[in-house]
Amino acid sequence: MFEYAPAPESRDIARLKPDYQIYVDGAFRDGRGDAIKTINPADETPLAEVSEASAADVDDAVKAARKAADRWAKLPGKERGKYLFRIARAIQERGRELAVLESLDNGKPIRESRDVDIPTAAAHFFYYAGWADKLPHAGFGPNPRPVGVAGQIVPWNFPLLMAAWKIAPALACGNTVVLKPAESTPLTALVLAEIVAEADVPAGVVNILAGGPSVGQAVVEHRGLDKIAFTGSTEVGKSIQRTLAGTGRRLSLELGGKAANIVFDDAPLDQAVEGIVNGIFFNQGQVCCAGSRLLVQESIEDELIDALKRRLETLRVGDPLDKNTDVGAINSAAQLARIRELSDTGETEGATRWSLPCELPERGYWFAPTLFTGVAQTSRIAQEEIFGPVLSVITFRTPDEAIAKANNTPYGLSAGVWTEKGSRILSMANRLRAGVVWANTFNRFDPTAPFGGYKESGFGREGGRHGLEAYLDVS
Amino acid sequence: MSDRVAVRKTYKLYIGGAFPRSESGRSYPVSTPKGELLAHAAQASRKDVRDAVVAARKAFGGWSKATAYNRGQILYRIAEMLEGRRAQFADELAAAEGGSARAALALVDEAIDRWVYYAGWPDKYAQVAGSTNPVAGPYFTFSLPEPTGVVGVLAPQESALLGLVSVLAPVIATGNTAVVVTSQERPLPAVSLSEVLATSDLPGGVVNVLTGRTAELAPWLSAHRDVNAIDLTGAAPSERRELEIAAADNVKRVFVPRESGWADDPGTTRLAAFVETKTVWHPIGV
Amino acid sequence: MTVTFERPPLSDVTRDDASLRRFLHGLPGVDQVGAEGRAAALATRSIKTTAKAWAIDTAISMVDLTTLEGADTPGKVASMCVKARRPDPGDPSAPPVAAVCVYPDLVGTAVDALRGSGVQVASVATAFPSGRAALATKLQDVRDAVAAGATEIDMVIDRGAFLAGRYLQVFDEIVATKNECGTAHLKVILETGELATLDNARRASWLALLAGGDFIKTSTGKVMPAATPPVALVMLQAVRDFAHLSGERRGVKLAGGIRSSKEAVRYLVMVNEVAGDPWLTPDLFRFGASSLLNDLLQQRHKLSTGNYDGPDYVSVD
Repeated sequence: MFEYAPAPESRDIARLKPDYQIYVDGAFRDGRGDAIKTINPADETPLAEVSEASAADVDDAVKAARKAADRWAKLPGKERGKYLFRIARAIQERGRELAVLESLDNGKPIRESRDVDIPTAAAHFFYYAGWADKLPHAGFGPNPRPVGVAGQIVPWNFPLLMAAWKIAPALACGNTVVLKPAESTPLTALVLAEIVAEADVPAGVVNILAGGPSVGQAVVEHRGLDKIAFTGSTEVGKSIQRTLAGTGRRLSLELGGKAANIVFDDAPLDQAVEGIVNGIFFNQGQVCCAGSRLLVQESIEDELIDALKRRLETLRVGDPLDKNTDVGAINSAAQLARIRELSDTGETEGATRWSLPCELPERGYWFAPTLFTGVAQTSRIAQEEIFGPVLSVITFRTPDEAIAKANNTPYGLSAGVWTEKGSRILSMANRLRAGVVWANTFNRFDPTAPFGGYKESGFGREGGRHGLEAYLDVS
Repeated sequence: MSDRVAVRKTYKLYIGGAFPRSESGRSYPVSTPKGELLAHAAQASRKDVRDAVVAARKAFGGWSKATAYNRGQILYRIAEMLEGRRAQFADELAAAEGGSARAALALVDEAIDRWVYYAGWPDKYAQVAGSTNPVAGPYFTFSLPEPTGVVGVLAPQESALLGLVSVLAPVIATGNTAVVVTSQERPLPAVSLSEVLATSDLPGGVVNVLTGRTAELAPWLSAHRDVNAIDLTGAAPSERRELEIAAADNVKRVFVPRESGWADDPGTTRLAAFVETKTVWHPIGV
Repeated sequence: MTVTFERPPLSDVTRDDASLRRFLHGLPGVDQVGAEGRAAALATRSIKTTAKAWAIDTAISMVDLTTLEGADTPGKVASMCVKARRPDPGDPSAPPVAAVCVYPDLVGTAVDALRGSGVQVASVATAFPSGRAALATKLQDVRDAVAAGATEIDMVIDRGAFLAGRYLQVFDEIVATKNECGTAHLKVILETGELATLDNARRASWLALLAGGDFIKTSTGKVMPAATPPVALVMLQAVRDFAHLSGERRGVKLAGGIRSSKEAVRYLVMVNEVAGDPWLTPDLFRFGASSLLNDLLQQRHKLSTGNYDGPDYVSVD
């Protein structure tokens, strides 16, 4: 037996501090909300005390951002860009620290934070840095103007990366921002605040406030913000859209998903298996674009499910800091409860459950990679976003049936197609109502590639030239 | 010899390529700005909204997948048909909006030209709004605009033809289908435009035209979960907030225009308002 | 209600050229980027301390210590055999290698030098490395090597015939070679560098397995690229799937270009996670190499002493 010895990253690398403060108007200070303890979801131990913002802090941050907006917008683009380049470089320099910190705070495997979250965050700043002095050439008219001050709310699944997706294009376009990371994962965003400060970004251009839903609500309701950008659940997205109704304030939403990953009988099967695994178990399935519905052509269902189970048996579930861990901890007790609840309904609704026989740590929030076969299109696990490592397997017989089932959801964020037939790929890509279609691959992200949803998965795009539009006054 | 008695037109709705009366059986008087009665227009109900959305959804598949060239040809055909009826529309417009016959004719010409403008867009917009994305890996990645789906359009209240065409043409140019609520007080040119649409090779259901009370119909359209986007141009400012709140129910794209004259260069703003960007990835290998 | 594909018995697929072609072309395709991505992901496994020590010793025990030069002499081969029996003279806990691999004319020398050691004698045959000779000549080559005492034969396939689509010809040659081997194990060299695509690597792997090859082997070492992680991945998938279908486990040998312990350990990770634990034995997995052994020994020293080793502390042969 080839037993891999433990290969943990040292948590010292995270340079964890006992306390973290909010960042307002170029200074770190205590928030006037509650001080909360952020915990390590892998073992439920406290990591640090985080000072949360209050509504008054939100107001201060908006005022600071407003005060800074004019000068920032008037700064020549090439100079604004240099600040963003500095941030990109600093994220790379402190990449290891940020990766370990992210894994501690979020529970995701170090392999992912090290190889995906942090480098992609740096790349995002690098990409948009280069746009700052080229905006007149971006196709939005000769004189695109910033929107003004943006309030930005990001989720806990990719804490630093989502902060980068929000801040980088906003700043490049000359906006100033008030960003709120998720309550359960504030740490890397607050280190990003340090990076922003060390980059000498002018005071007030970036403000970062830790806090929970009440702080988010204060951001959304603040009349001093010209724009809200939100990534999170569809339910909260709708409530934000209602709050902003009639105000004329701009909004972009990146919400939930229930992506179909469609495997035809002529697919490159080994790669399809990898794509399925990556699609639903990447980041413990806590990904809005996760391939949570496997649509497999009925003629190869047995063969594919056998191969998939064999592959899943090689997944290593456990300590997020171990470099060989493939599947880490669920981010919070609340999320774990939701995953359990929905998975239980899968069984009561008659689907067949298979969970990876693996030992789970006693403390912390853990859920074994699970797949359901025999799932009816009507069942909750086929319809609702589980946001966890749970795959629902549904069969189809023809391309039309695959399309009908794939599109039969209020969501429309992403989809996958696996087939070796070129014309079929293009036909499926054409007919899938989803903002991202991965053909013979899955869960690929790049700063140059626009990302965002159709239907109830939201509107607006992040990434690429298209991502500028959300932060430019283009009309 | 007695004078010939004119045959008057019954102004009906336009749903799914047919011209039904309102299912409610209601109609309402339409007058000139000076208060002279012109006709009785059909007064659409929520059930007409429902039927129109069904027709628009049914038409979406075919229209959205029609070639861009074909869509452009049909939009141009609409301009041709309208051109042949310039005089009729000038008369109707003068009656609906008031003003001189010459001014009305100029507006009709402008409306025809707007169809021509948008007829040129379908096979160009993807080239302007799309991209290939140079990702850092062995993948070919491109993004292209796709129609949002069924779009509810509250047409402007004042500009009964040019305004209507200016909001409708960009919606269907990119492959959406539309449910239009016309100007409440000036609905007749829209009904006549429906007759043009019906004879322009435009598939039934791509455009559906409802006349009636905007304040009555708009909430049904805005709250309808099979409508993907709504253009609030013709909504009273005081009603926009409630309509936007209803629109959030299915995360509708909501378009609230800035003030601008209908004679201004329309640009691409309204095209951009009703498209989604789809990004497609594929590996590059042998 | 599910529908399953009933595959015809494997003997049916080699009935004629058309059947064989249909079978090989009916295998699932390999997406190159996906395969490379999977191989690269496996290479990020962090193998430390006890796991590394185990992997290094296992790798040593899987080495086919090889010399295939025109300048080979009995002296060179004999010297290599000494090293094969006891790679680290200062540390008897270092395991012997699996085999030595030589040209047919030097098999006798190797057999003499390795008698009683348990180290196998492998010989390349069939007009190695190009395989461009009459079938009779190639088979005579095999007979000579077996007669001289080789217990393992490394044959090359006719890549020209394979690329021209004459699959049955390739199949028949492997079968004929296997017949000449007697009890000797047959390793079938695909020369994947010349087959160019991963789809071809998969088809050639299945072809060799169907024809009775005990091992499928990447390369002669004379053509670059030789063993690469994606090719190894595809070949390991082939033996895994073949075992799944037939119940028989066949081996994989990677040869050419593997020089460092780090690479060897990564390949063992791949064996472990793709084919599975049963393949982690010299009976089912080999490295064809020469300089790799010294790097494994140096890493072994580093693990036992904690200090980095130098090339002067391992023998050059």
